[in-house]
Amino acid sequence: MIWVALQPLIAAAILALIAGRVAKLPSDGIPHLLFVFCGLTIWNYFSQTAQRSSTSLVNNAQLVSKVYFPRMLIPLSHTFSTLVDFAVTLIMLFVFMAIYHVSPTLRLLAIPGFLFLTAITATGVALWFSALSVKYRDTNYALPLFLQIWMWASAIVYPTSVIESPRWQTLFALNPVVGFVEGFRWCVLGRSALTQTMLWITIGMSILALFTGAFFFRRVERDFADII
Amino acid sequence: MSEIALSIQNLSKSYRIAHQGGLRGYNTLHDELMTAPRRLINRIRGNGRSTSEIFWALKDVSFDVKQGEVLGIIGSNGAGKSTLLKILNRITEPTTGGVDIYGRVGALLEVGTGFHPELTGRENIFLNGAILGMTRAEIKRKFDEIVAFAEVERFLDTPVKRYSSGMYVRLAFGVAAHLDPEILLIDEVLAVGDADFQKKCLAKMEDVAANQGRTVIFVSHNMDAICRLCSRCILLRQGEIVKSGDTSGVVAAYLGGEQEPQHAPVVHFPQKDGDAVLGFAGLYGPEGQTTISFTTNQPILLKCSFNVHRRIPGLQLSFDVFNFKGDHVFYSTISMAEPAISIETPGEHKIAALIPGRLLLPGSYYVTLALHTPRTKLYDRRRQALGFKIVATMADRFDGFSGEDLGQVYADVKWQRVDEQDKESPARNSISVLSSG
Repeated sequence: MIWVALQPLIAAAILALIAGRVAKLPSDGIPHLLFVFCGLTIWNYFSQTAQRSSTSLVNNAQLVSKVYFPRMLIPLSHTFSTLVDFAVTLIMLFVFMAIYHVSPTLRLLAIPGFLFLTAITATGVALWFSALSVKYRDTNYALPLFLQIWMWASAIVYPTSVIESPRWQTLFALNPVVGFVEGFRWCVLGRSALTQTMLWITIGMSILALFTGAFFFRRVERDFADII
Repeated sequence: MSEIALSIQNLSKSYRIAHQGGLRGYNTLHDELMTAPRRLINRIRGNGRSTSEIFWALKDVSFDVKQGEVLGIIGSNGAGKSTLLKILNRITEPTTGGVDIYGRVGALLEVGTGFHPELTGRENIFLNGAILGMTRAEIKRKFDEIVAFAEVERFLDTPVKRYSSGMYVRLAFGVAAHLDPEILLIDEVLAVGDADFQKKCLAKMEDVAANQGRTVIFVSHNMDAICRLCSRCILLRQGEIVKSGDTSGVVAAYLGGEQEPQHAPVVHFPQKDGDAVLGFAGLYGPEGQTTISFTTNQPILLKCSFNVHRRIPGLQLSFDVFNFKGDHVFYSTISMAEPAISIETPGEHKIAALIPGRLLLPGSYYVTLALHTPRTKLYDRRRQALGFKIVATMADRFDGFSGEDLGQVYADVKWQRVDEQDKESPARNSISVLSSG
């Protein structure tokens, strides 16, 4: 349990230090630690789900090659099990809010909505990578790198507002993670660059991720037992 | 009872097997990305030559199984038995053809099917039940029965990775047989358990089929078990159904001519220089026909000819019989002949040797022939010149045992009840009865 709490805490501390003191990135006037921790809370849920489920099929090769059941259940189970980690981080986030005197508002009630979008996208990514890892065992080496790049390409240590032109901001939202992170920040901190157009794009991209993932998974599923 | 439980139409399954030397089957994302341009060029040029080969594990297999029937599937290794069960269990999909299954399928494919090694025995029982689509309450009802059957009470909370293979297979069989599947697939599981457990498994399978009206599909190399359990049998060879129907007929066909002959029954040796050289050897059955397949009770006639070019005092012809594992089974030499046969004189000699029946157990054997003056000089030796196999007959009573369980020789032991009234010397009495009869 301690690792679940410690990991985002240390990651947030380091990132906040780099972003605030070294790179001097803006944070919409919010204390850097709180700002980064808020972004990491939702990002960690996303990346943990993708990472754990990507190895799940290979780890359960014995079941996959010997028993029939809907294979999709294996990666899907991680979408739910990582919710526990998310809950722990969320509680810590509330503690941070109290420390920094950020008063909770009714906007917090929108968290499940953004969490749902995150879960959908994470599941889509998880389905892609878990299916790929059955065929290509080195997927598990490529994924952390991919996620690392993805994290820096999403507005986690910096606000979307660093992009000045609204048109480019909208384009930036094609990365669905930007949408949840900004949405989550809106719920918690009340300040965000999220526009209605961006929200729609995020919803669209999330659904696209889920459907392409599920489609790809279904297509390669029939060969799993033969190649795993 | 005559309803169809399972119906298979024109089922085929192919696998691609990659060959060394050519491009591999792209096992890594890295390779896939790196070779993508080259493959693209190849495709444009139209010389996308495939280096892999298609292997058909099953070819056009069709059959129906009725509810409550016990169907045996037999065949030598690589015949496609396990692939067939995997398809029936929906683990892999057939390349062409289809399967209609009416009912819940429970399967035991190899040892420890569907067990998660990190979970305990108790957790695995629930996991397997859940996979079969049973509710928690249903599994709980069956739980004690499974544990009692598998005899693993003390180890229920030990992760199954620490189980012995016997415990593993006992629990696996217990789970598969007790969780009430409507169709039970069993793939050669009796090989691991001890004799007691094998009996228990057979009894349970009989019970499942006869009393509960469930369908059982049973794959085994144990012909005694097949004969005992199955009313109908299918013989597969290289992915095709060779014979199906009444168990005894199919089993006989399997034992009779299933394994491809590795040796011709008659060989003519390439000639070479020497003072004594083997020319020919052959194996003959009881009707004088050349054959390499004998039943346990048939004598084997070995004939051979050789040329002696100068007089060799003390020349002997001998042969050794080895089993398939290379164990030396016995040695025999012409000096045992009664009356004596002399082969010292120059010229061509033709010799026959009769190996009695009821001497060798079922299995494959090889014959090495030699011409030599014992412990002095070897004139000619042909290693594994001949090969033959012994097959069990329906009359052989092996109690469900096979292979190494039977020992080394076919012991033609006479059994008789000792007369209780004769307290004087029962042993001597019984011996006299046997020797007189």
